[in-house]
Amino acid sequence: MSHNIYLYILVMAAVTYLIRMLPLTLIRREIKNPFIRSFLHYVPYATLAAMTFPAILYSTASTVSAALGFLAAACLAYLGKSLLTVAGCACIVVYIAELFL
Amino acid sequence: MSYNKFNAWKAGLKDGLPICLGYFAVSFAFGIQAKGIGLTPFQAAFMSAVNVTSAGQYASLQLIAAGAPYFEMALTQLIINLRYCLMSCALSQKFTKKTAMGHRFGIAYGVTDEIFAVSVCRPGPLEPAHSYGLISIAVPGWVLGTLFGVISGSLLPESIISALGIAIYGMFLAIVIPVARAEKPVLAVVLCAVFLSTVFYYTPGLNAISPGFQIIIITVLTAAAAALLFPVAEEVSHES
Repeated sequence: MSHNIYLYILVMAAVTYLIRMLPLTLIRREIKNPFIRSFLHYVPYATLAAMTFPAILYSTASTVSAALGFLAAACLAYLGKSLLTVAGCACIVVYIAELFL
Repeated sequence: MSYNKFNAWKAGLKDGLPICLGYFAVSFAFGIQAKGIGLTPFQAAFMSAVNVTSAGQYASLQLIAAGAPYFEMALTQLIINLRYCLMSCALSQKFTKKTAMGHRFGIAYGVTDEIFAVSVCRPGPLEPAHSYGLISIAVPGWVLGTLFGVISGSLLPESIISALGIAIYGMFLAIVIPVARAEKPVLAVVLCAVFLSTVFYYTPGLNAISPGFQIIIITVLTAAAAALLFPVAEEVSHES
């Protein structure tokens, strides 16, 4: 391999850090524009929803166990349970489901 | 560290535990792949510690194996990780005027999908101590998972790795669903984003777009439409 692994890693790290750091340091004041404010308010929910589905169905060894874990997590989240409870119970449901699959 | 800051840090640790478990599972799988292309345990763990980004690191393995030019590596990371830019913009609005510049540099290190999600959805202004709590439990999960994955892919039974794989998504649901239940516009945003991401996932051609870019397209379309249809009143955006 002609390229240096550590140089690759540092190039990756520099690009990724700049992407994260520049908006945090350059946007210093509260944005007043109502459209941008509203847009940024909705960003996390759109991002999280897009990242979760359908990817959650392929996050375990089988789609069936993942679907069961998804259902369990969705119900517990609807009831307002904590992050740890919801995530933990989803894992347990997947584990138990796969014992029977 | 004052009492309040210590409590915020501890709350961050607690909120970060599901992230840590989920990261462990994902980075364990990453470690196995990294070993496959010949990375040493130290190189793989070092990569995880300085990047903390799942999709970007997976993509880098192919490039390293192919001996791609450095600029191609930079460009790939830029495209896959550009979503963090959107997240940091949203996060910048959670700072108070008093937040020191040093904290902005420190918190930037930990802007991952998961840490961002927990931080931005927490009510009130962002507390740096809480962010550091999240980082100090989530990043070790990511780095150690990578290390164990490289050293021994067979250290943990597959059933455990499989079950841990859903942890991060369970956490996302726990963040999104209660808000979607309380706020109709957020419910609309969630359903619309899920619909679009399902279309992107299964449509030939569209699913060739890198996952990071798919998320940017879906987020921008959905959030812009929601901002036009349901503008948020002053002050509300900090509370929810």
